[in-house]
Amino acid sequence: MGYQFKFAPVFANFDQLLAGALVTVELSFGAMILGTIVAIACAIGKTAGPKPLRFIIDCYIELIRNTPFLVQIFFIFFALPTLGIRLSPNVAALTALTVNVGAYATEIVRAGIESINRGQVEAGTALGLGRAQIFSYIIMKPALRTIYPALTSQFIYLMLSSSVVSVISATDLAAAGNNIQSQTFAAFEVYLVITAMYLVLALAFSGLFSMIQRWAFNYPMAR
Amino acid sequence: MIRPFGPTEFWFIVSAVQWTILLSAVAFAGGAVGGLLIALGRVSQNPILRNLCMGFIRLFQGTPLLMQLFLVFFGLNISGVGINPWLAAGLALTLHASAFLGEIWRGCIEAVPRGQAEASWALGLSYYDRMKSVILPQAAKIAVAPTVGFLVQLIKGTSLASIIGFVELTRAGQIINNATFEPFKVFGLVAVIYFILCWPLSIYARRMENRFAATTRR
Repeated sequence: MGYQFKFAPVFANFDQLLAGALVTVELSFGAMILGTIVAIACAIGKTAGPKPLRFIIDCYIELIRNTPFLVQIFFIFFALPTLGIRLSPNVAALTALTVNVGAYATEIVRAGIESINRGQVEAGTALGLGRAQIFSYIIMKPALRTIYPALTSQFIYLMLSSSVVSVISATDLAAAGNNIQSQTFAAFEVYLVITAMYLVLALAFSGLFSMIQRWAFNYPMAR
Repeated sequence: MIRPFGPTEFWFIVSAVQWTILLSAVAFAGGAVGGLLIALGRVSQNPILRNLCMGFIRLFQGTPLLMQLFLVFFGLNISGVGINPWLAAGLALTLHASAFLGEIWRGCIEAVPRGQAEASWALGLSYYDRMKSVILPQAAKIAVAPTVGFLVQLIKGTSLASIIGFVELTRAGQIINNATFEPFKVFGLVAVIYFILCWPLSIYARRMENRFAATTRR
């Protein structure tokens, strides 16, 4: 095989890759925060809401979990404008990622809420705590601790699948790779470097999440 | 010229589902063979083999499937095989499925009580007999639900093959959308077809999981 690897043009454009990586990180964190809010709202709706609301949330979850993310992003970017909702590529990407991770995270959060013993809630009522206090201190706080590992691995998966948003010309890491590839024709080298960067991001995310875990859940477990 | 979205366009998209199913089947079959080897490597006595298999899993679980597809696609090109979306998509998805199934099945093998392996040792069974007749049949029962769950993920993953020019369901949708400018109907239809493929599998996986949880609860 007489192929000469050309990494020089890839590293000459490394600033573009770093800018793309920054957008990937921003999109991921944006979708994590917004997706968690969606998930908590939907999980409350599913455990305590009226029947029609529960049905709508179920439809949302099943629809998102049983169709590819690529089709969801095409739908949001190409089909919503026909209804008059026109989003820029990066906003469409953030919307699609939020809608997607929200559905997966809802099931995780719901499992966390259901893991709380009813006796805990009754004890809270007996102590005269308000509904909001019971919800945040007795239900959500221990529930988040239980589901934290599942939730954060979902977030890492979200960051990796965000590479798909490059197809609607968002400006993330994969898209930066597409640009450099079309200028330098060193496709394999570009994607090799980018794949390594995604791997570094995944390791960094996982390191950050376990640091947060040690800091935030550093209190004794209720029995 | 803009074409209307008629029966021809509808059937073009619907018939493209065969390529999605075929690619999923190829990747799943290849991934089952690779996954079994990776799982056995992960639980082997040899630390070098164990770490190699763990590295393989980490690599594929820590990088995007899209990049895996690109690397195989362009890697095959520079190694002289040329541009071949079928081979690239099949190979990349097989490697991807091998890593994920390997990790899932490792967990299932390790979930079989240790006493089973020890009893096989005491009976003097060979490695092959121990795995084939004692460990794997028990692990397979545990593995059904998560394996079907991963199959759903794999079917959805085949949509990314459209980006390297493999004409399956999603790519057929893009082609029709470019000709008709009816994204709502086109991608709505594509989403519905994926849903019809995946939803029954998801329900089956959930049912198996519940049934398994019910039988093991004591």
